[in-house]
Amino acid sequence: MVQPLDTLTETASQTAGPYVHIGCIPSFAGLGGIYPEDLGLSPVSDGAKGEAITITGQVIDGTGWALRDAMIESWQPDAAGLFPGQAGADPAVSGFARFAADGDSGFWTLKTVKPGAVPARGDAMQAPHVSLWITARGINIGLQTRIYFEDEDNTADPLLKRIEQRPRVDTLIAKRTGPGEYRFDIVLQGTGETVFLDI
Amino acid sequence: MTDLGPLVPRNRAAHPPAYDPDYKTSVTRSPNLPLLSMESTPSEEHGPRFGHGLIGALDNNLILNWTKGAAPAVGERILVHGRVLDEFARPVPHTLVEIWQANAGGRYRHVKDSYFAPLDANFGGCGRTLTDEAGYYEFLTIRPGAYPWPNRANDWRPMHIHFSIFGHSFGQRLISQMYFEGDPLIARCPIAATIRDRSQLDRLVAPLDMAKSRPMDFLAYKFDIVLRGRRQTMFENKPEGM
Ligand SMILES: [Fe+3]
Repeated sequence: MVQPLDTLTETASQTAGPYVHIGCIPSFAGLGGIYPEDLGLSPVSDGAKGEAITITGQVIDGTGWALRDAMIESWQPDAAGLFPGQAGADPAVSGFARFAADGDSGFWTLKTVKPGAVPARGDAMQAPHVSLWITARGINIGLQTRIYFEDEDNTADPLLKRIEQRPRVDTLIAKRTGPGEYRFDIVLQGTGETVFLDI
Repeated sequence: MTDLGPLVPRNRAAHPPAYDPDYKTSVTRSPNLPLLSMESTPSEEHGPRFGHGLIGALDNNLILNWTKGAAPAVGERILVHGRVLDEFARPVPHTLVEIWQANAGGRYRHVKDSYFAPLDANFGGCGRTLTDEAGYYEFLTIRPGAYPWPNRANDWRPMHIHFSIFGHSFGQRLISQMYFEGDPLIARCPIAATIRDRSQLDRLVAPLDMAKSRPMDFLAYKFDIVLRGRRQTMFENKPEGM
């Protein structure tokens, strides 16, 4: 016998199921009015500093089909790389957004400002990125990933450097499609599978 | 805010695997390749905070929130209460807890739910609250009905309430489900069965809590939630080997 540990185990995840929007984006699910507004409508408010950007994409399953029922959350710092609550952080950046894949097309859109670089633990800097958390029916535990940007210097980013198969780095990099516009698809499985994180 | 150190790495064995053929939808929605594991960074250690200004007076009362207090929802009245803790058993205060559920007949207020059970004009099906200083939360609601779902030919979901919890770090984000003590459908549910560790599934089953029940009013069920912890030791943030 040994002494018992007094630490606890994290509660087990369960799928968010097909009706996640009822709880998380009620207006999207047809429950408008139950709260004054949905949470995470926008990660920025008027006057947010930095480059306004729009990121669009789909969440694609192992057969190539775009999910129509995914819910995504994003989290990011302001244009200077500061998170809400840090000294000097832009008060117009909440950093948090929730958005749903369109029920017909599967496309989602995130309108935000481009985040600044954030330190890693230690001396290194991380390239600018938006953190994502993806849930849906059939996803047993939320999938973490990140959006980096094609027009930033990503060469020294500690996370990207850890990806052994270099072609897979590309799955985390949003492609510039126009001024302030990016495309970022999330591939859950198979060819071009997105790098998901355990972090 | 002081640096509280990295998040405790997730014990993936405590969670369902992504792929489980008995839960058919997971088959095409599960990554084939291993996750990229690394220590948390400020991106995961910070997280959104929500203030009390967000929460309306009826937000945690699903019996009344859909009608703004005009008429109560149909069903067995229950109180669901518990604490949000971290892996070091520290309370997680002022964190957002959101729930959603079917009505007493097992029907969701959702365009895609076509089950025969009728909608209840007085029930919406979602609620939210912030934990208090000691990590406590509570919801007044009705007991959701079990419902059938298209998976294997005759699969039914046990009575359950969906929970979404934030914690204080984006890396603590968790969605799960609460089941009810004594429900024979738990043992037959392929979604519950995605959890391989029996004790981990047992911890999603809320016990009847008579001490918290109010006579002639509602029964109570207790549901505690544990989020990832953050390391904080006297050796943290010192160079290795020191
Ligand atoms: Fe459900």
